[in-house]
Amino acid sequence: MDYTQGLKNYNDKIAAASVEDMVLNMGPQHPSTHGVLRLELITDGEIVKECIPHMGYLHRCFEKHGERLTYQQTIPFTDRMDYLASMNNSHAWVMGVERMLGIDKDIPKRIEYIRVLMCELNRIASHLIAVGTYGIDIGAFTPFLWCFRDREHIMGMMEWASGSRLLYNYIWVGGLFYDLPVGFEERCREFVEYFKPKMVELNELLTNNQIFISRTANVGVLPLDVAINYGCSGPIVRGSGLKWDLRRIDGYSVYPELEFDIPVGKGEMGKLGDCWDRYKVRVDEIDESLKIVEQCLDRLQKELKRTPDFDPRAKLPRKLVPKPQDYYVRCEGPRGELGFYFIHKQNKEQAKDGSTRMMDTEVPFRVKARGPGFNNLSVLPELSKGVMIADLVAIVGSLDFVLGEVDR
Amino acid sequence: MSFDDIKQLLIDKFGAGVIVGEETGGLQSALQITPDLIADVCLELRNNPLTYFDYLACLSGVDQGASDGRFEVVYHLTSIPYRLNLVLKVSKQHDRNTDELPSFKSVSAVYRTADWHEREAYDLVGIFFENHPDLRRILLPDDWEGYPLRKDYTNAEYYKGIKID
Repeated sequence: MDYTQGLKNYNDKIAAASVEDMVLNMGPQHPSTHGVLRLELITDGEIVKECIPHMGYLHRCFEKHGERLTYQQTIPFTDRMDYLASMNNSHAWVMGVERMLGIDKDIPKRIEYIRVLMCELNRIASHLIAVGTYGIDIGAFTPFLWCFRDREHIMGMMEWASGSRLLYNYIWVGGLFYDLPVGFEERCREFVEYFKPKMVELNELLTNNQIFISRTANVGVLPLDVAINYGCSGPIVRGSGLKWDLRRIDGYSVYPELEFDIPVGKGEMGKLGDCWDRYKVRVDEIDESLKIVEQCLDRLQKELKRTPDFDPRAKLPRKLVPKPQDYYVRCEGPRGELGFYFIHKQNKEQAKDGSTRMMDTEVPFRVKARGPGFNNLSVLPELSKGVMIADLVAIVGSLDFVLGEVDR
Repeated sequence: MSFDDIKQLLIDKFGAGVIVGEETGGLQSALQITPDLIADVCLELRNNPLTYFDYLACLSGVDQGASDGRFEVVYHLTSIPYRLNLVLKVSKQHDRNTDELPSFKSVSAVYRTADWHEREAYDLVGIFFENHPDLRRILLPDDWEGYPLRKDYTNAEYYKGIKID
């Protein structure tokens, strides 16, 4: 059988297009793609006839690493997948491993609340980048600076808690690497109070700006059935009007105890599922995450207070050896459904007398990471048929993918 | 619908041979499907008003290792209207020869998201998907040799005459 037919078809298409139309390369570097992405466009004048994404430039073999390292050792590598939301990644990984070990119900509440607090702070930071760089795509520079100024406070808090600014390795199987530093809750509260009016300012400047609306409303309209069929998740599918949030659907961690809404696109400025809707979902989600942060702080300061003998790694087993099984865990990252598929097996080991025996192992047999960005990016060729090149920039920005998790 | 109802639904539609085996007792129950029928089964599960599995969450290609000798594709389906999850698996024995890849039916006509996931399984595990519209490597360069996520893959030393460290 000929396994290279797809490559031949692609080469023929590009060769034919370079005679008839123009082949234009967009990228590899583009401010709205947080990473390296090359878009090959077949254009007719200013109209994009076809868009072929090429990725893999950031591929660092996460799944191969996962087969060589133990569950605990892989946590820093999950941080590097979606480097704008490292906490969410390690939370998903850790939840899956704890479920496979059967210790997910034993984790102390204080630890769960700290995890959710961190994840939501990280979600705000990630959405601030998405919103800020989206402004840059459209040509507004000030919101970018404002967003990065506010994100800096979150980065500072994360650094205080975990010791690093971007890749935290803070959430561990069976607990956390450290407890929260003394005074963290108070500083976090100060941040929330400071940050709320800033969001109002940002909405005045960008969200309700007529130029911004004209550039994004009715652009890149993604119907709901297409979004679902392409496996889109997170703000993309919510922007198309589906109330689908795994924090509510799966109800993992302590999210069932918290009160928050799920913002969905309503087509206020144009058609349902356009770029403005996706942008607005992110802005609204920042407000919802702030609500969650406040509730977590309430609990952490009143019921689940810090005690001197509190050990954040008390529940950590000495050896992390799950039963042989396979398990798919998923959680709601800032960009959508982040899933890990684990297959765990026992290792065969050759004994000295030549017989084989089964050995326990702390290394997964196979790990598949399902990044939300991967599926969100796959809808781009569909969205970009027949749009103007300038609109394509708006569409790419509104999908907000991080190439670290597309390539993994 | 429960897991057994879905199983019964598939048996009623395609006959008893459609389900080769089932894995229950773990955290997530899985159905093993006859490889040739996987595209039809997915189409049925997506379109049947009792199930509406309209969302393919994840598709993973798995190399079960040299001692087992099987190549497997795992589908994680979600029904958004009914909030159900289902795991389907197909597997085939294969002699690990890279000139003759194990081949499965593509489900990319049913779920467009499978398009890229199958390209990734082809790229990294070396599984061929019949009727796939555009089966090219996706993460690695087009002229890369070998399939890195296979258990017997030896790391390449050179790429285009450049030494890889």
